[in-house]
Amino acid sequence: MNNRINNLFHTKNGPVLSVYFTAGFPGRDDTVPLVEHLSEAGADMIELGFPFSDPLADGPVIQNSSRLAIRNGMSLPLLFRQIKHIRKHTDIPLLLMGYLNPVMQYGEDRFLEKCAETGIDGVILPDMSLEYFREHFRDRFCKLGLSNILLITPATPPHRIRQIDALSDGFIYMVSSDAITGGSPDLSRQQEYYRRVASMNLKNPTLTGFGIHDRDSFLNACRYSRGAIVGSAFIKHLEAAGVSRESVRKFMGSILP
Amino acid sequence: MNSIHPDERGYYGEFGGAFVPEMLYPNLTELRKHYLPVIESNDFKKEFRLLLRDYVGRPTPLYYSPKLSGEHGASVYLKREDLTHTGAHKINNTIGQILLAKRLNKKRIIAETGAGQHGVAVATACALAGIGCTVFMGKVDMHRQKPNVERMKLLGAEVVPAVSGSQTLKDATNEAIREWISHPADTHYIIGSVVGPHPYPDMVARFQSVIGLEISDQLKEKTGKKTPDYVLACLGGGSNAIGAFYPFIDNRVTQLIAVEAGGKGIHSGKTAASIALGRKGIIHGSRTYLIQTDDGQIIEPYSVSAGLDYPGIGPVHAYLHDTGKAKVVNVTDDEAMEAALWLSRREGIIPALEPAHALAYLRKMKFRPGDTVVVNLSGRGDKDMSIYRQYLHR
Ligand SMILES: Cc1ncc(COP(=O)(O)O)c(C=O)c1O
Repeated sequence: MNNRINNLFHTKNGPVLSVYFTAGFPGRDDTVPLVEHLSEAGADMIELGFPFSDPLADGPVIQNSSRLAIRNGMSLPLLFRQIKHIRKHTDIPLLLMGYLNPVMQYGEDRFLEKCAETGIDGVILPDMSLEYFREHFRDRFCKLGLSNILLITPATPPHRIRQIDALSDGFIYMVSSDAITGGSPDLSRQQEYYRRVASMNLKNPTLTGFGIHDRDSFLNACRYSRGAIVGSAFIKHLEAAGVSRESVRKFMGSILP
Repeated sequence: MNSIHPDERGYYGEFGGAFVPEMLYPNLTELRKHYLPVIESNDFKKEFRLLLRDYVGRPTPLYYSPKLSGEHGASVYLKREDLTHTGAHKINNTIGQILLAKRLNKKRIIAETGAGQHGVAVATACALAGIGCTVFMGKVDMHRQKPNVERMKLLGAEVVPAVSGSQTLKDATNEAIREWISHPADTHYIIGSVVGPHPYPDMVARFQSVIGLEISDQLKEKTGKKTPDYVLACLGGGSNAIGAFYPFIDNRVTQLIAVEAGGKGIHSGKTAASIALGRKGIIHGSRTYLIQTDDGQIIEPYSVSAGLDYPGIGPVHAYLHDTGKAKVVNVTDDEAMEAALWLSRREGIIPALEPAHALAYLRKMKFRPGDTVVVNLSGRGDKDMSIYRQYLHR
């Protein structure tokens, strides 16, 4: 499939840094400038979280940013309007990340079409199982040129990792530990898992996420995968240091080598 | 016997399934693989049956209530789940699940609780089995169901307040699921109702089916016929209701009636009536009816009854409702209160607030003389004393 995500992995040599933040946080209209600042400051890819009231895989930091974003009036229709705006200025690979229920209420088909129309490259829906994707979504994703990003964890059995690899086109989201977002993973257990997955020679690149919060954890993750995803740490930074260009640049400086 | 089970992927029609993050895939796969072989094995059945008899105190009586019968012009029976050990039907499920957890070699138990009845039943089963447990409970619920918090602690459970959202059952369930994601290997999650991802709804329904099977036998003994004309039960997630309905689903005689919490009225914005107001969506891993905004954000529910204060409903009930196999109705806080007081004063039975909802609906029904009506009295009212006291003195 030819989209910005696959192009990125084909053309970039060094480690890939993807940054997650919740759209509409801290302010409703911060989404557009934050994407600009992040791409200027060296992010390779951006995951826009659309908020859900009951995010089961998320720790307190993203729970809180989601709650505030909802209170700020963030919704899928609004987010798609913001994305149209973003796409006038930047060509950075963009993903939407969120839970299935808001997508179902918006309409599954309508959601995917709107993604394609506004220039979204991929979608991460953590509570959508492989089986559900295969039966309901796969053809539509392909047709629209959207990457569906599936998760693997330290407990995912090898045969299932193979299945996930076979059904993926873009990258595989390698969750760093048995945890919700924002935790601090056990490094020694991680190493074994990172190595095991790396040795499987998957057709898709992997990006490591959950608990990546500084240069060390970023570089450690990059030893075994094509790059990493930073989420809670960036949101915490936004809470503390604000959304200015300077603040974002400072954060990126603390992660990038 | 007529009964109801999901297909092998956990669907009742379009409802159910398992919409969970990949982190839970190994746990759920393990459960899915083992739950039926284990609970259908002879050694499990024997141990379960013995414990239900000698520890829980089953069978619970089916009591013919002269006062309710006189009041409503039908033969009204109460299924006395309030007389079980720990005082609610919840113990049927927790004994079943703890025996399963032991066979799966789990070292720790986690659970959510609303009214605290499930939490107490979990703490009890864990004390019995010698396994440690952590129970998540909304902070609001810890306050309004305080006696149950004390009981859980006395039984050796750790009680963790859930402080997100409306700090009630939904939020406690979120926290329990997050804890399970973070400790997948040796921890078993004992869900307290027929909610959650497959195989929970089916597993819990099977453990609660003892209620309906006993009703059927006891009715036969008392009246000569096995099938009542009506079975009523309150509906939170739906475990006591499905337990009571179990053998009567699909028979043409029995009308099944599930009573949701209307709170301050279904148009008041303070309600937990998921069928009355809900739309299809996903909550806690299963597709069902839930109360939500147009954007798909779950709306914080409200009911005076902590056990019914939940914005969703078990997928099996969504299915029974859509297919017309059960009728789902609702009553308000005040109607439930009045019914609870009535039963206390007239029959000398203080019901929990949850089944008081089922009792309250009797008033809205029209019976023919000779109708046989069973109300599942899912629990006793000790935990609700402070709420009853406030109501009396208001
Ligand atoms: C006595 C009693 N009845 C009913 C319920 C509601 O649960 P369910 O709908 O699963 O029976 C509860 C929940 O706490 C309860 O304590």
